[in-house]
Amino acid sequence: MTPSPPAIQLVGLTKCFDRTTACDRIDLDVRRGEILALLGENGSGKTTLTNMLSGIYQPDAGRVLLDGKPAVIRSPRDAIRLGIGMIHQHFKLVEVLTARENILLGQRGPLKTRPEDALASFGMAVDLDKKIYDMSVSEKQAVEILKVLCRGADKLILDEPTAVLTPQEIQHLFDALDRMRKEGKAVIIITHKLDEVMAISDRVSVLRRGVNVGTVETARTDRYFLTELMVGRPLDLDVRRAEAPLGPTLLKVSKLTARDEGGRQLIQDVSFELRGGEIMGVAGVAGSGQKALCEIIAGLEKPSDGSVFMDGQRIDGLTPREIIRRGVSMAFIPEDRLGMGLVGGMNIPDNLLLKTYRDEKGIILRRRKAREEAQRMVERLRIVTPGLNVKLSKLSGGNVQKVLLGREISLGPRVLITAYPVRGLDIGASMTIYDMLNEQKQKGVGVLFVGEDLDVLLSLCDRILVLCAGRVSAIVESRFATKALLGMKMTGLRTDKEDEYV
Amino acid sequence: MFKPLLSAPHVVQRGEVKPAAAWAYRAFAVLIALAAGGVFLASLGYNPFRVYASMLMGALGTPGMQRETVKLTIPLAMASLGVLLAFKMRFWNIGAEGQFALGAVAASYFANFQPQLPPALLISLMAASAVVLAGLWGLVPAWFKTRFGTNETLFTLMLNYIVLYIITYLREGPWRDPAGGFAATPRFPRQARLPELHFPSIGNVHIGLIVMLLAVVLVYLYLRYTKQGYEIAVVGQNERTARYAGMPVKRIVLRTMFLSAGICGLAGMMQVAGPDRQLTDAVAGGRGFTAVSVVWLARLSPLGSLAVAFLFSVMQKGCSMMQTEFRIPASMSDILQGIVLFFVLGAEFFLQYSIRRRREVPA
Repeated sequence: MTPSPPAIQLVGLTKCFDRTTACDRIDLDVRRGEILALLGENGSGKTTLTNMLSGIYQPDAGRVLLDGKPAVIRSPRDAIRLGIGMIHQHFKLVEVLTARENILLGQRGPLKTRPEDALASFGMAVDLDKKIYDMSVSEKQAVEILKVLCRGADKLILDEPTAVLTPQEIQHLFDALDRMRKEGKAVIIITHKLDEVMAISDRVSVLRRGVNVGTVETARTDRYFLTELMVGRPLDLDVRRAEAPLGPTLLKVSKLTARDEGGRQLIQDVSFELRGGEIMGVAGVAGSGQKALCEIIAGLEKPSDGSVFMDGQRIDGLTPREIIRRGVSMAFIPEDRLGMGLVGGMNIPDNLLLKTYRDEKGIILRRRKAREEAQRMVERLRIVTPGLNVKLSKLSGGNVQKVLLGREISLGPRVLITAYPVRGLDIGASMTIYDMLNEQKQKGVGVLFVGEDLDVLLSLCDRILVLCAGRVSAIVESRFATKALLGMKMTGLRTDKEDEYV
Repeated sequence: MFKPLLSAPHVVQRGEVKPAAAWAYRAFAVLIALAAGGVFLASLGYNPFRVYASMLMGALGTPGMQRETVKLTIPLAMASLGVLLAFKMRFWNIGAEGQFALGAVAASYFANFQPQLPPALLISLMAASAVVLAGLWGLVPAWFKTRFGTNETLFTLMLNYIVLYIITYLREGPWRDPAGGFAATPRFPRQARLPELHFPSIGNVHIGLIVMLLAVVLVYLYLRYTKQGYEIAVVGQNERTARYAGMPVKRIVLRTMFLSAGICGLAGMMQVAGPDRQLTDAVAGGRGFTAVSVVWLARLSPLGSLAVAFLFSVMQKGCSMMQTEFRIPASMSDILQGIVLFFVLGAEFFLQYSIRRRREVPA
C-alpha cells in the first residue's frame, strides 16, 4: 500500500527580497492527522513561508503540492479555495458583527461546514450570536479558526496562536487542535515557545536564516537540541533572578483610575509600590490596562483619579519631560515596535538623541556625542547593523529593541518601565534583554516589567502584579506563585463581574 | 524537473536604492514625461522637437529671457521652502497660496499708506509685516489642529479663498486707487520697490534673488543641524515618540507653521514689491499650489526644491514663447508639469518595488 501524499508539500520554495533570501529552497511536508510545529527565530523566514502558502506572497522559485497535486496560490482567496486556512496573529474580524456574521462575511455560496457542527466536533465554546467586541481574545481566536473551518479548510496554519492567551486558554486551544488532528486535518503551528512545541506537535521543522535546518520527531527530541538547531549554538535557557539588596520605595502608585476618551474604564484603583533593586512583573491578558498604566506613569496620559509619587513627590500631571528629569524612564514597546519610543526613519545616533538633545545649550543639534555613544552601544550590546547611518526601520526587531532599551539605560534611570521588551525576539536576544534588566536591578534601579510569557515573569521578577480588566487582582511573590495561579488571577475578576450582573 | 508553474510577473519590494541611482531614475522619468508630452504635441499636429527647442530658447535663449525665468523662479522657490517646512512635519499646508497673497497685502499696506518712511525702514517693515501677518494666518489652522484635531489640508485650502477675496474687497473698496479708471490698487511708489542688483550675465534682478538663495541655505541648515529642525523631523515621522520623549509637540507644530507661512508671506512681499509693484488678486497666481508639486518632486529637499522650481519656471517661461511662435496655448506648460509630476511620482513606485518573473530553482 502506498502512503497517501502529504497534505502540504513544499519543494525548493524560495523567496528573495532584494539581496536577502528570506526562504531558501525550503522543503517541508505536513501529513494529514499531524501537527507540525514550525520553529524559528525572528527573521528565520517563518512568516514569509506562511505568507506564500496563504497567497500573500508569490514564491520566486519552487513549488507547492497539495495532496500531491501542484498548486498555484495567487491570493488568499485561492488559498481558502484550496483548503488552506490561515489564522493570523492579528485577528481580521469585524468588531460590530457577531461571530456568525463574521463567518458568513465575504463567503460566496453555502458554507462547507455549519458553524454549529464545527463547534461540536472540535469542542470549542463560542456563542455564535455574540458580537466580536464583547469577546475575549481567545474567543476571537476561536472565531477565526471557525471561520476557516466552515469554509472548508482542512490544512490549518496558525501564526503564534498562543502569544495572547492565558495558560488555561492555551490548553483549550490545544485540545481543539488535537481533535482536528484526530479528524485527519493537517495543522502547522508557528511558535518560538519550546514547551508548546513539545506539548502539541508530532514533528518539528526548524528554520534558521531561511533554511530548513532539520525536521525531527517531537517524541525523539528535547528542548536543548531544538534550541541548538534554531540558534545554531548551544544556549543557556534559564532565566535567572539576580540577587540584589532591596532599596527604598521609589515609585508609589495609589488608587490610579483612568478612562479612555469614550469613557471606558482602562484601569481602576491600581495601587502598588516599587522599590529599588527589584523587578516587579505585570501580568495580564492583553488589553487589561497595561498600556494605560505605563503611559500614566510616564506622563503621556492623565489619570482621572489617584496619584503617582516618585521619591515622595507627586508626579502625575507633570509633563513627560519633567518626569524623565526625575529619573523615570520608560521603554514601551507596542505591537509595531517603532510605534512609540523610536523613529524608524532615523538612524541610531539620532534616535539616541531623542531624550537628551535639549541638554546641550544653544540652538545647534550636537550629534558627535550621540555618535560615539551609538558606536559604544553597538559594540556592547552586539547590535547587528551595517553601519550607524542606517535607518532604524531597516534593523531587525531584536536590534531595534536593544537600541531602545540601551538608550533608556544609558540615561541612568532610577525607575525603568519596560513593556514587552522581548516581544518577537529570538531566544538569544531575549536573554540579552533579561541580563540587561537584571543588571539594572543590581544597580538599585526599580524595574517595572510588563510581560507576556508567564514562565519568564515567574523566574525573572521578584513580585508579580496581576492585572485583570484594569484592576489589580493580585500581587504575588514569584517564588511562591505558579503559572496556574497567575492564569486564574488574570481571568479571575472577569467571572466575578459577570456574577454581579446575573 | 521543476517547470515554473507561473510565469506571470509579480511585484516585489526592493531594498535600498543608492541615491545616485534614484536620481538617475527620476531624471529618466522626466525624459519619458517630455517624450509623452511630445506625443501629445505631435497628436496636435506640431513637431515636438521644434516646439521643445523654441521652449528652451524662450526660457533661456537670451539674457533677457534668462532674467525673466529667474524672476519666475524666485517666488516659486521661496514659497516651496515655506511649504517644505510644514511638509517635513507632515503638516499638509496647502495654504501657501493664501499666505503668499496675505504677505503681499501686508507689504502693500506700508507701501501705499506709509510711503513717507525712510526707504530702508519701509522695505524692512514691509518684509516683517508680511512674515508676521502670514505667519499668524498660518497659526490658525495649526492651532485648530493641535486643539481639536481638525484636518489641516482642508483648513489651509479654504483659508486661501478668504485671502483672495480680501484682496478683491480691498481693490474694490478701501484701497481702490482713486486716480485709476477701473478698480485697482495704486501702484507702489518708487521707494517701496525692492532694490535691484546688476548681474553681468542677465542684467538687473531684484534683491529677492539673494534672499531666496540665502533662504534655501538657511532652511537646509535649519532642518539638518538645529534642534528645532530635529524636532520637526521627529514630530513628522512619529508624533507619539515625540510626545514620549517629552517634546512640546503643540508648540513645535505652531512654531513650524508660523515659519512655514511666514516664508510664504515673505515670498508674497518679494513678488509684490519686486516685479508686480501693485497688489492684484493674481499676486500668488497659483504659485502656492505649484509649490506643493515642487516640494513633492524634490522629495522635501531644499536644494532640490530650488532645482525643480527652476525647471518649472523654464517650462512656464518657455511655454509663453511657444504660444507666440506656434499659437499653442500657454496652458501647455501646466499640462507638461502635470505629466512630469505623474511620471516622476510613478518612478517612486519603481524605486520601491520591482517587477519580477518567477524563475527556476537554482540548482
